[in-house]
Formats: sequence, C-alpha cells, structure tokens
Amino acid sequence: MNDNNERRVVSVIVVNEASVLSRITDLFSGRGYNITSLTVAPIPESKYSRLTIVTSGSVRVIEQITKQLHKLIPVLRVYEHADLVEKEMALVKFPITENISDISAICNAYNGKIVNVGNDVIITMVADEPKRVDHYLEAIRKYNPKEIVRSGAVALER
Amino acid sequence: MQISGAQMVIEALIAEGVDTVFGYPGGAIMNVYDEIYKQDSFQHILTRHEQAAVHAAEGYSKASGKVGVSMITSGPGFTNAVTGLADAYMDSIPLVVISGQVPMSLIGTDAFQEIDAVGISRSCTKHNYLVTDAKDLPRILKEAFYIARTGRPGPVHVDIPKDVTAQIAEFDYNVELDLETYKPHVKGNPRQIKKAMEAIANAKRPVFYLGGGIINSNAAYEVRDLVHTTGIPAVETFMARGTLSYDDDLLIGMLGMHGSYAANMAMSETDLVIALGARFDDRVTGKLSEFAKNAAVIHVDIDPASISKLVHANYPIVGDIKNVVNEMLKLSSMVDSNNYEPWRETIENFAQLHPLTFHEDSENIKPQWVVKRVGELLGDDANISTDVGQHQMWTAQFYPFTRPRQFISSGGLGTMGFGFPAAIGVKAAVPEKTSINFTGDGSILMNCQELMTAVEKKLPVINIILNNNFLGMVRQWQTLFYDKRHSETDLSVQPDFVKLAEAFGGIGYRVSTKKEFDAALKEAVERNIVAFIDVKVERFENVMPMVPSGGSLFNMMLLEKKESK
Ligand SMILES: Cc1ncc(C[n+]2csc(CCOP(=O)(O)OP(=O)(O)O)c2C)c(N)n1
Repeated sequence: MNDNNERRVVSVIVVNEASVLSRITDLFSGRGYNITSLTVAPIPESKYSRLTIVTSGSVRVIEQITKQLHKLIPVLRVYEHADLVEKEMALVKFPITENISDISAICNAYNGKIVNVGNDVIITMVADEPKRVDHYLEAIRKYNPKEIVRSGAVALER
Repeated sequence: MQISGAQMVIEALIAEGVDTVFGYPGGAIMNVYDEIYKQDSFQHILTRHEQAAVHAAEGYSKASGKVGVSMITSGPGFTNAVTGLADAYMDSIPLVVISGQVPMSLIGTDAFQEIDAVGISRSCTKHNYLVTDAKDLPRILKEAFYIARTGRPGPVHVDIPKDVTAQIAEFDYNVELDLETYKPHVKGNPRQIKKAMEAIANAKRPVFYLGGGIINSNAAYEVRDLVHTTGIPAVETFMARGTLSYDDDLLIGMLGMHGSYAANMAMSETDLVIALGARFDDRVTGKLSEFAKNAAVIHVDIDPASISKLVHANYPIVGDIKNVVNEMLKLSSMVDSNNYEPWRETIENFAQLHPLTFHEDSENIKPQWVVKRVGELLGDDANISTDVGQHQMWTAQFYPFTRPRQFISSGGLGTMGFGFPAAIGVKAAVPEKTSINFTGDGSILMNCQELMTAVEKKLPVINIILNNNFLGMVRQWQTLFYDKRHSETDLSVQPDFVKLAEAFGGIGYRVSTKKEFDAALKEAVERNIVAFIDVKVERFENVMPMVPSGGSLFNMMLLEKKESK
C-alpha cells in the first residue's frame, strides 16, 4: 500500500459534556494515532459540539480511527471527509517598521487583512485553505514576522 | 422520593437485581457503606484487596452472565482496582465499579487520597462518570448498568464524591434512558447473512473460528446447532473454551500459540474462515500475513471496530452473535454437510498425526496429568478458573470442558493474581458447583490474601498449585529463546503453602504422588473447605505445541520424542 500517511480530515459530533474532549484525545494517544490539528466549538442551538481533526494515516488506520471514535459513548457521528471546503486561520505580528502596504497587499491575496495597528506592531489575519496559509507564511517571511499563530482547520462537506 | 446519594446507590443496585457486591471500604465511600450496613437485599463480600474485589466481580459475572459489581474507596483503593478494570476491559466483562472520591470542594487540591480516577480509568473502561450532583445519580447508574451489559460488554466506572453521597435529592429510577449517541447494532444485515451462507455453501474447507464473544452473547447452544447442522469443523479460541463440549466430533481443538496441531493446520488450510465473536488476537493468529492465507473471511461481531481491524473481512456482519447465528440457522438448508466430508477426513488425519498429548513420567507428576485427572474426577461438576502461566495453558488444553461459562481465565490482559479472587466470585455465583482454581507457585502469591475472604465467607475454592518452583512460562521462553538463561524466574525459595493456607483457617495438602493427589482432592471436595493443594510437578516441562511469537501457525514446535531440559 502506498497510501501511507495521507492527510485526512475527520469531523466528530459529540455531546457537550465534561471531559469529552479528553476522551477523544486519549483515544488518539492511547492507540498511537496522530493529531495534526484539532478545532472544537459548540454547535449553535444544540447540545452538541463539533470537532474537526486533521490526522494522517493509511486507509486502514483512518477506518480504525473512525470506528474507534464512534465507539465512544458521547460521540453522535463521525465523518471522514472526501470532498470538502476547509479553512484555517493565521494571525501574524510584524514590526511597525516593515512595509505596511506590501504586507496588506499580500494579505489581500490570501483572504486576509490588517486587523490591528499599534505603536510597535501591526497584526494581520488570513483565513484560507491550509495549503494557501502555508504559502502565505512563506511569502511574508522576508517582512520579519515576530509571532505567528495558526488555528486548526475547520471543514464542511461540499 | 427524596434520599441521599448513598441511599440512591443502594436503591439502584436493588433495582438492577444485584445480589452480590464485592468491595473494600474507606473514607470517601463510607456514606455508601453505612447504607450497605442497613440493608439486607444483597450480600457484600469484603475482599482483602481492591484488585481482588474487581477480579471477584469478574469471576462472578463470567460464571453467572450478570453484571458484576464492586465498590471501592478513593485514591489507593481506586488505583488498586485499576488492574481489575483493565482486565475486564480486555475481556469484555460487564462490570459496574463504583468508587468514592474526595468531596467536590477538594477535587483538584491534591487532597488526602485524591486521584484523578476518571482520568485514569478512561483508557481501561467502556465508559466512566464523575458524578457532580446527586440528582444525576439515578440516570448515571442506570446508564452504567445498561452500557456495561449491552453491545460489546465492558466495565463502567462511576466515581462519586463524598459530598454527593451525602446530598439529598429526588430519586426516581424509572428515568428514561436518553442515549441517542449509544445504539449498539444487534441485528445483522439480512443480505450479508444470506451472502455469507452462500459462501459457506460454496466452500470446500470451511472452518468455524469460535471466539469469546459467543460466551458473552449466551450464544453457545445456538452455535452448537449451527456447527452440527452444517457439519463444519470448529476451532475455539482460549476465550471460547466450552462453547462446544470437549467430546464433540466437530471440535478440532484450541488454536493459536498453544493450540493443537490439527486446529492450527485447519486454520492454515481452510478456504473460508467463519469467525464468530473472535477478534484475531495476535496470540491466535501468529504471523498475520500467513494466517488463513487462502481463505475468505466471514466475520460476525457486535463491535464494528473489531471487524477488519487485523484481517480483512469479505463478509462483515455487525450484530449480536446469538441473533446472527439464529438467522444463519434459518438458512442452514442452503448448506449440504456431506460436501465437507473430505475436509473432515483431512482434519482427522492432522489430529492423528500430532495429537495433543504429553509424555507421562514415572518419577514426577506431570502438570498435564493433574489437569486431566481433575477432569476425570470432577468433569462437569466443577467450574474452572486459572491464573496466568503454563498452568493456564495446560488447563485450556487438557481440561474436558463441557459447557460455556465453565472456564474462567484472564485472556486479554493475562493477569497473574486473577485466578483465586475470580474463583471466589465464581463460587459466590454458582455455589452448587465445585470451584477449582489452577494456579502457579508464582501467581498464587499475587492475591493469596484472599484466603481470608474465602474462609470468612465460606466460599470453598480449591486452589491447585502446579508447583514447578519457577515462573514457568517465562522460564519456558528463556529456555527456548534465551539460551537457558533463567534470569529471575527461579522460585526455589517458597513459602510453606500448607501452613499459609492453615494460617488463614483453610486447609493445605502437600502432594508428590498421584495417589496423594487423588486423596487430597477427594478430601478437599468432601470437606467443602478452602484449600491449597500444593502439587510438586516436573520442573522443566514446556507447554507444547507452541507457535513462537510472530511465527506462522503451520510452523509449530511440536512435542519432542525425548524431553530436553
Ligand atoms: C501481573 C503479571 N506480572 C507478570 C506477568 C508475566 N508472566 C506471565 S506468566 C508468568 C509466570 C507465571 O508463573 P506461575 O504462576 O508460577 O505459573 P507457571 O507458568 O509456572 O505455571 C509471568 C511472570 C503477568 N502475566 N502478570
């Protein structure tokens, strides 16, 4: 099999209850599965939360991950996405001395903008596909970013 | 009705029909123990260690088919019980384990006897709860019993802070269970079942691969019907011993690392594996890529995650074994048992080529002889539990099991110290049968304090110590794979097991001849008393045949003509 360690996105709908998140992360660590990123938030007007987990593994591993997740009592549904819209966010802090208009132009190209300008720093935000966020972070390297935060992915089936 | 959290625990146990609780008190669970004192609806068996309380509940559950219950305190009480939880989890045994916790106001302060119990038990339970309000207790306890016994059964842990057991709230056990995220799939897909039956009808060399799930699902008698109407030979896993009676013509034997030659060869030569409630454990399959290499696989299991986890299933069927087997029985006219006659003959030849046997010895008692002898003397009248090691494998190989739930042993975790407390639980569940525990001189010391429990509660377990002055199973591997370097496995220095039994008020026998053994067993059974029978057996005996770990089933080390030391 040459499908080893392919990147996969899995969504999990869980009942909002104490320690449900650690049940999920314990399952990954206990069984030696990998979590690349994880995003959680309550689903509005429901008693559920949605987790988006980016992971990697062979077809067999992913199948086990979904089955084992489903076995957890508070898990309602598990989707392994094939065709999806996926977004990630990055916040970057630059010295105020960098070229603001260049930075702003790059941000625009990646669905982003400058969100804060202070005395010493400017902060930008982009939200785009994970690959494109990679490219963005490449592109802004020469503007001496002081700090970068990246969120996990969120995804919806098309 | 407005009652305390502690009273709720008692009421819930009564409502669930619990008749026996195994436990050990302490500060955090005292409110509940105070209520236990006041009631007489169920008996409480005080073990002398929390690990034993859980193993006893496991033995009770395995022998009776009911949910086992144990009760323990916080901190060290809970951590002592963890091995039991892990053991029950690995063997899918339905348990509800209730632990006390420090009061809510102290949680997270590193209080006296505080430990993150639900954090610890998460990875070795089917589900767990920290109860933060007494008004949730009826629902949680009801869910706990339901989750423990349905689907793939398993242990459920309920951790209750001390102030919650004191809190007064409304109790109504008729709460509706609202588990919309937990819906075990019990009915197999009819189309898949039909396809599976077609595959069986078209196979030339099919084999039933019977696993412990059959016992859990109380499906052994339905499985017997299916095996007999189809005429297809069957192998049993260690956990499935007793599904077919030992004298069943279609039973090939146990398969796996210490399985019989015929069973492992049948698995290697088959063209269709019909796996029922079995999970393709590595001790069973040997080298996976060589396991049943030319066979299609029908896999029936209640747990979807077990199917195709290790071996690809061509016919996956998720469902309760009993249910699915009943459906298969309805279609059994599709199958002509005469078609498999040549295959049955092939298997018969395998069995004759290398029968499961051992070399008798005129000087020493062979451990296998002891197992066979107990089988001759007690047979179906005994329930058999074991500890872990060579004696465990010899018991699985040589005891003439006639029925499901007769054999109780720690399979998945392989927990030394399991046998004696489990046998106490077995005796509590099925008092009319003799309760025998085959154990080793290593294993018995891991929970020998339970002599006190057995003596106090008059639960006369007979422990037969196959005493080889070794941690025998480890010694066997050292002999075979580590050039006889017997590192830290020599148990030449031993307690006096007779005096040990006597010190607790039981009885001990030291046995070094066959005659003495017969006499000791007869007397222990007749006197109906807690006993240790310390049998001096051949020190260097190996469990044979053997598939070295990671090897292929068809490459077995067989019993040698002359024994080597
Ligand atoms: C709690 C625990 N510790 C260690 C082991 C590893 N182990 C497996 S078998 C065995 C030897 C058992 O010796 P004994 O009880 O004397 O039985 P024998 O093999 O001699 O029949 C050991 C140490 C285990 N299974 N469980």
